Amino acid sequence: MNELPLQEMVFYLFSFVMLASAIMVVTVRNPVYAALFLILTFFTAAAVWMLLEAEFLAIVLVVVYVGAVMVLFLFVVMMLDINIAPLKEGFIRYLPVGLLVAFVMAAEMVMVLWGKDRAVEGMFPTPAPAEPGYSNTEAVGEWLYTQYLLPFEMAGVILLVAMVAAIMLTLRKRPGVKAQNPSNQVKVRREERIKLISMPSETSNDQRGG
Amino acid sequence: MMLDMIPDVILDLAWIVIKIVAIILPMTVAVAYFTYAERRVIGFMQVRMGPNRVGILGFKLWGLAQPFADVFKLLMKEIILPDNSNKFLFLLAPMLAIAPAFAAWAVIPFNDFLVLADINAGLLYILAMTSLGVYGVIIAGWASNSKYAFLGAMRSAAQIVSYEIAMGFALIGVLVLSGTLNLSGIVQAQSGGIFDWFWLPLLPLFVIYFVSGVAETNRAPFDVAEGESEIVAGFHVEYSGAAFAVFFLAEYANMILISVLTALLFLGGWLSPFQGVPVLGDTFLGSGSIFWLFAKSSIFMFLFLWLRATFPRYRYDQIMRLGWKVFLPITIVWVMVAALMAVLGIVVKGG
Repeated sequence: MNELPLQEMVFYLFSFVMLASAIMVVTVRNPVYAALFLILTFFTAAAVWMLLEAEFLAIVLVVVYVGAVMVLFLFVVMMLDINIAPLKEGFIRYLPVGLLVAFVMAAEMVMVLWGKDRAVEGMFPTPAPAEPGYSNTEAVGEWLYTQYLLPFEMAGVILLVAMVAAIMLTLRKRPGVKAQNPSNQVKVRREERIKLISMPSETSNDQRGG
Repeated sequence: MMLDMIPDVILDLAWIVIKIVAIILPMTVAVAYFTYAERRVIGFMQVRMGPNRVGILGFKLWGLAQPFADVFKLLMKEIILPDNSNKFLFLLAPMLAIAPAFAAWAVIPFNDFLVLADINAGLLYILAMTSLGVYGVIIAGWASNSKYAFLGAMRSAAQIVSYEIAMGFALIGVLVLSGTLNLSGIVQAQSGGIFDWFWLPLLPLFVIYFVSGVAETNRAPFDVAEGESEIVAGFHVEYSGAAFAVFFLAEYANMILISVLTALLFLGGWLSPFQGVPVLGDTFLGSGSIFWLFAKSSIFMFLFLWLRATFPRYRYDQIMRLGWKVFLPITIVWVMVAALMAVLGIVVKGG
């Protein structure tokens, strides 16, 4: 090798942090710590994607998952104040199932990477590095709005349906809720609230009388 | 062979570090004097003096040494760790607050060539970095193990997530007109003169972007995260000394960042407002320079202070209503208007 394997070093560093924090997500006791480790996992995953020259996806992963989804996640986890002990019991009980699923997934990955199909030359060719002027974002946009317009729109509609459903589930009329109507508040005029009455002044004796 | 490479790598790294210092150092000084300016400006608006005593060697100098006195005071004070706090996260939170505020400056172009990292997805990177700042606040609130701090953190989290959406849509309007995510490219697309800048075709987005920026930085009138009157000081109520100073630094660095970004995205960045005026031609006033960027950013920095001196604090439900029910629909409609303007050729890139 003629140059410093800087890229490999960075890759292994981020992959290691990613895997370690992913393991911590499921093993750590405190749910807030678990959420924070999940954030670290997303962040390092974004860094690995960056190494794959998928800078658009990497930054969007940070913006959407780290910047918005996980904030709300943390919000909920911190608010709930979860009792940890019952969660630990579940962990032991479901461990065999979890290990089985993990094993199956690992086996599938190994089969994809080192299976018979690997013998087919050029199945996973190393892509050539992009030219300096190449914009990942532009490419993603062009493909999404031309070739893959229909799947893209369908995904959008499905998300919209999910969003409407989620809002409908939480939007229910509860009795006794005091809500304000800002436009009514703004419309209020002085005449509706204040009445000036002229009355004769009272003598000091009357005031003391009470 | 490897030995030939190592010095190059180290030289490159050293060069990058020098560039980073060249951005961070003036910014820190700017933050220090921004706090001074804030106190003086608000003092002036409220008909009082503001800090005007702390000088150097017996000269008062209108209190110009005040920021340094404040910094040294904060650095020398004890950092108190609350008994039942989470020590690690408690100290990590200020760092998480300041790191994104500084990191975002990597892609800010100061003029045609003065930029640390001229990356294609610059605007996305800015969006990613500004969205990370909220973690400092949330973690600080939770790790303090104090109900006031926690309430402040929850308020801030909901507020920042809400206003980020309006902010993102305002940026989409800029993207539609400029056709690039690169910040230098966005400024180039506005060249031509004061009426070719994006503030005119994107006037609603311009206003919404800046107001959302004020909300994102938790500044008055959106400062419910620290609302002194009900939750003492919000998320940083348990912080003292240098740890508090770092939060302070992050807040002001974010304000300066939002000001510079507004200037870059909507007021033509470093471009001169007199560009194309025949009399001025190539003179200092006619050509774009870093001074124009500073001048335009100062307008918004002053606005931050002006808003704080003028408006009472928003009520929390009103903040949410403004973000979701007012700003969001307006931005979505105006993105469509911007797309129409771009398609019909009403706004032409690069004047």
